[in-house]
Amino acid sequence: MTDLTKLTLADAVDGLKAKTFSSEELTQAFLTNIEASNPTLNAYVEVTADKALEQARASDARLAKGEGGALEGAPLGIKDLFCTEGVQTTAGSNMLRGFVPPYESTVTANLWRDGAVMLGKLNMDEFAMGSSNETSAFGPVKNPWKSKGSNADLTPGGSSGGSASAVAADLCLAATASDTGGSIRQPAAFTGTVGIKPTYGRASRYGMVAFASSLDQAGPIAKTVKDSALLLNSMCSFDAKDSTSLDIPTPDWTQSVGQSVKGLRIGVPKEYVLDGMPAEIQKLWEQGVEWLKAAGCEIVEISLPHTKYALPTYYIVAPAEASSNLARYDGMRFGHRAEEFTSLDDLYATSRAEGFGKEVQRRLTIGAYVLSAGFYDAYYVKALKVRRRIAQDFDNVWGQVDAILTPSTPSAAFAIGDKQIDPLTMYLNDVFTVTTNLAGLPGISVPAGLSADGLPLGLQVIGKALDEATVFQVAGALEDAAGFVAKPDRWW
Amino acid sequence: MAIDAATVRKVAHLARIKTPEDRLEPLAQELNGILKWIEQLDEVDVQGVEPMTSNVSQPLRLRDDVVTDGDKVADVLSNAPKSADGFFVVPKVVE
Amino acid sequence: MTDNSKLIQGRTGAWEIVMGLEIHAQVASNAKLFSGAAVGFGAGPNEQVSLVDAGFPGMLPTLNKYCVEQAVKSGLGLRAQINLKSQFDRKNYFYPDLPTGYQISQLYHPLVGEGVVEVEAEDGSFFNVGIERLHLEQDAGKLIHDLSPTESYVDLNRAGTALMEIVSRPDIRTPEEAVAYVKKIRTILIYLGTCDGDMEKGNLRADVNVSVCRAGNYDKFKETGDFGFLGTRCEIKNVNSFRFISQAIQYEARRQIEILEDGGSITQETRLYDPTAGETRSMRSKEEAQDYRYFPDPDLLPLVLEQAWIDAIKAGLPELPDDKRRRFMSEYGLSQYDAGVLISEQAKADYFEAAAKGRDAKLVSNWVTNEVSARLAADNRDFSDNPLPAAHVAQLVELIETNVISSKIAKEVFDHVWNGEGSPAEVVEKHGLKQVTDTGAIEKAVDEIIAANPDKAAAVAEKPQAIGWFVGQVMKATGGKANPAAVNDILKSKLGL
Repeated sequence: MTDLTKLTLADAVDGLKAKTFSSEELTQAFLTNIEASNPTLNAYVEVTADKALEQARASDARLAKGEGGALEGAPLGIKDLFCTEGVQTTAGSNMLRGFVPPYESTVTANLWRDGAVMLGKLNMDEFAMGSSNETSAFGPVKNPWKSKGSNADLTPGGSSGGSASAVAADLCLAATASDTGGSIRQPAAFTGTVGIKPTYGRASRYGMVAFASSLDQAGPIAKTVKDSALLLNSMCSFDAKDSTSLDIPTPDWTQSVGQSVKGLRIGVPKEYVLDGMPAEIQKLWEQGVEWLKAAGCEIVEISLPHTKYALPTYYIVAPAEASSNLARYDGMRFGHRAEEFTSLDDLYATSRAEGFGKEVQRRLTIGAYVLSAGFYDAYYVKALKVRRRIAQDFDNVWGQVDAILTPSTPSAAFAIGDKQIDPLTMYLNDVFTVTTNLAGLPGISVPAGLSADGLPLGLQVIGKALDEATVFQVAGALEDAAGFVAKPDRWW
Repeated sequence: MAIDAATVRKVAHLARIKTPEDRLEPLAQELNGILKWIEQLDEVDVQGVEPMTSNVSQPLRLRDDVVTDGDKVADVLSNAPKSADGFFVVPKVVE
Repeated sequence: MTDNSKLIQGRTGAWEIVMGLEIHAQVASNAKLFSGAAVGFGAGPNEQVSLVDAGFPGMLPTLNKYCVEQAVKSGLGLRAQINLKSQFDRKNYFYPDLPTGYQISQLYHPLVGEGVVEVEAEDGSFFNVGIERLHLEQDAGKLIHDLSPTESYVDLNRAGTALMEIVSRPDIRTPEEAVAYVKKIRTILIYLGTCDGDMEKGNLRADVNVSVCRAGNYDKFKETGDFGFLGTRCEIKNVNSFRFISQAIQYEARRQIEILEDGGSITQETRLYDPTAGETRSMRSKEEAQDYRYFPDPDLLPLVLEQAWIDAIKAGLPELPDDKRRRFMSEYGLSQYDAGVLISEQAKADYFEAAAKGRDAKLVSNWVTNEVSARLAADNRDFSDNPLPAAHVAQLVELIETNVISSKIAKEVFDHVWNGEGSPAEVVEKHGLKQVTDTGAIEKAVDEIIAANPDKAAAVAEKPQAIGWFVGQVMKATGGKANPAAVNDILKSKLGL
């Protein structure tokens, strides 16, 4: 029998419907693989085997009756940022170690509604703050990929490092993830997987542990563009419980994958050419342009003049919102409470110093600073104005182009420990992805080739707000042209 | 707008993060590095630009004044470090 | 010109008090401002709490439309500008009664802008208090300190309840003015039905910002708008009775003057009024680092209202106290004072109007504001749960107007009616209290009394005031039912006066 864990989500769903295999068999195959792999890769922080098998059997019962949803019986991994009722949810933080939500996030509730099976909770950077999964209280996740001729452990990127690693190593069919500055697309690029952040407001933030409310958006990491469309279909919904949720129907995006891109106008922003960008990234990008041209797209050089200000803008807006969002972790009603303290204030400060890791502390400090008296206008309001400039840049080009093509990341996966010395170097990982968070636009990363070291590289397609359809269409064309089939050699 | 150790102490207190005295100076330097990088925003002309607080351009939805929630003391207290008789329990607060 | 009545004499000269008030009025809604949990009083600890109120991870706020409507209504009642676009901001601070670590409020773009409230002073004159803004915000939870010697207990039932914060300009100058202003706001909100005004339950409470300055400086401030002319202010938090407001201000002004006269300076701080000690004291816990880092709440979008909706709310507004007072004066010919007393409580005004239809309004007003009010007060009730139908007061006044009973007997009739013996007409009938207007019967009584007291009758010629004794005797003989005017007339003629 073939290794069920290597199936795509779409094929698995079809196989389940055709009763080629049962959900219990499929789930068990993943649990076995997780058991063997997770001690090394550290992708899951908790495996919910019993719950998974129980859900699988229930799915099998529905499938036997010819019933079932779009994801019926499909075992998925859930980023530990989504609150899952009765299952510990930590957001990768010691602050929430042992926290068991008595509620379900809307995104995961949608998945269970459609019949999906939860294998467990996936590791992540603490409160989604990080680009390498090294800020997790549960230790870094390892990338299943290794550089040619090196045994160094690489990061899978972050913050959805657990999701990306688990999908790349066949520890789930697909996974949920979230993206505040690039946390879906950068890890997808680093692991040869597909990750899409939809338009802000498509997926409900209800029950998703908040990092930066105006930027956070859930999305999938999957093996193929079609799989990512299938999962995103289920994840998105209008939700009255989230005031920023958009009251619009969710189309069936799987229909867009495979549609001809002939005649589409693709923008190539000149500002995304960075000083010192590795030649292979530039080459990959040019290759992407050629593929799309060959598929009948018209290539248009465009200008997004405020691109270089996106990261500094992000590093004001996101920490500011986070400093407020994370104020609820005070050890009073849930989460870590320090055992020794001298006063109420000391209890707050000690609990938070013990509960939060270094990077979270750093960002909360920056956030408090940029909002504090005397600096609010100079930093925060200024950043919000530049943010509008960045969004306007996109608005200005949508008349000329239907989608935009860029690299996903400025480099391939790097070694664990490599970029920890200087936070700014780490922050640069998000240079190509963060603009879409600031502007609320959909962006997808598609694996498009390998670096000289044999590591996957991704191309990003950015679309108009609510135009995921075109994004999937272009991503599908890139996937076809790239024919990316490489898988990491199993060393773990 | 350079940050000194005293500012870090003040901001760390605002954020309620206990920071040992010997960490203040290194943190100040680190934050100054980040802030200096952030200050490149000063180059951008934002004359007459409205601050952008959200990506969603629709107005706020309003819900009806109906009681749909509550009456779940067990859930509310389920993760409390300490609770008693239906209350959260915290160290003595001096007002 | 500095008004001398507003000066306080210190050891080193005269001072003025300047005050601005922040009134927190709880919106009378079913559910909370941003969650579906119930608003109420008396539930068990944390029973009226949703996970949104408790600030659980990933929980998000959704706005209650009714609360917005009530705030708009209140803004219209304060004749203030309604902002079609407003926004919610987060006020960040740590406190165990604040589950999310921030309060959702409106700083930068409040729902309601500038307005003016006309307040009646004790002497009947009016003064204006400028309204700076009215905004919606969440209330905090409650800390209970007496259940354990070493710990505090937290009940979040109140957390997230909608409050309207009404911020005044520094236009208030005396403790009496402050009280009159709060009473006025309270009356307006009760009229509008947007807040029940129950101060005992804390549903309406005031933060009083008090500063003192040298006599004359307030006028300079008014001329220039320069706050430099005013002193440093202290905020007295959460004062929840009229008496305490007055006491707290008096204490606080004295305290500040003493410090200044001793050469000290005032530290801007938050203080708490302790009614038992009769003094304000510094709230050390809230003193330090008041940097609230307000910023727009990214979980909420701008609140955008349609002018048509505002117009519809406006069209449905009840008559407001000021309009009612003016109408009572013109329509019923009442004095400003009487009208003011009647309109101070909407139920009282309604009661008056129900009774006054076609009757002597002044007389009805007297009965309502004196007898009925006194009985209610004695029973610890108010006009909203008045057991006496307005029709009974109307009938009582009618009986007086038509000379069926005298004003004096009316008091007795009222006693019986209040005790539930039926309508005034029934009581008059049952107890035979009808006024004797039959002159024959009165003449008979007069004749008998004169005949029995010849010496007194003779003395009246010398001393006409002594007629009073005869009136008393006649009334006694007729059981108080004789028409006093008729008795007087007959006595005068029989005694040759």
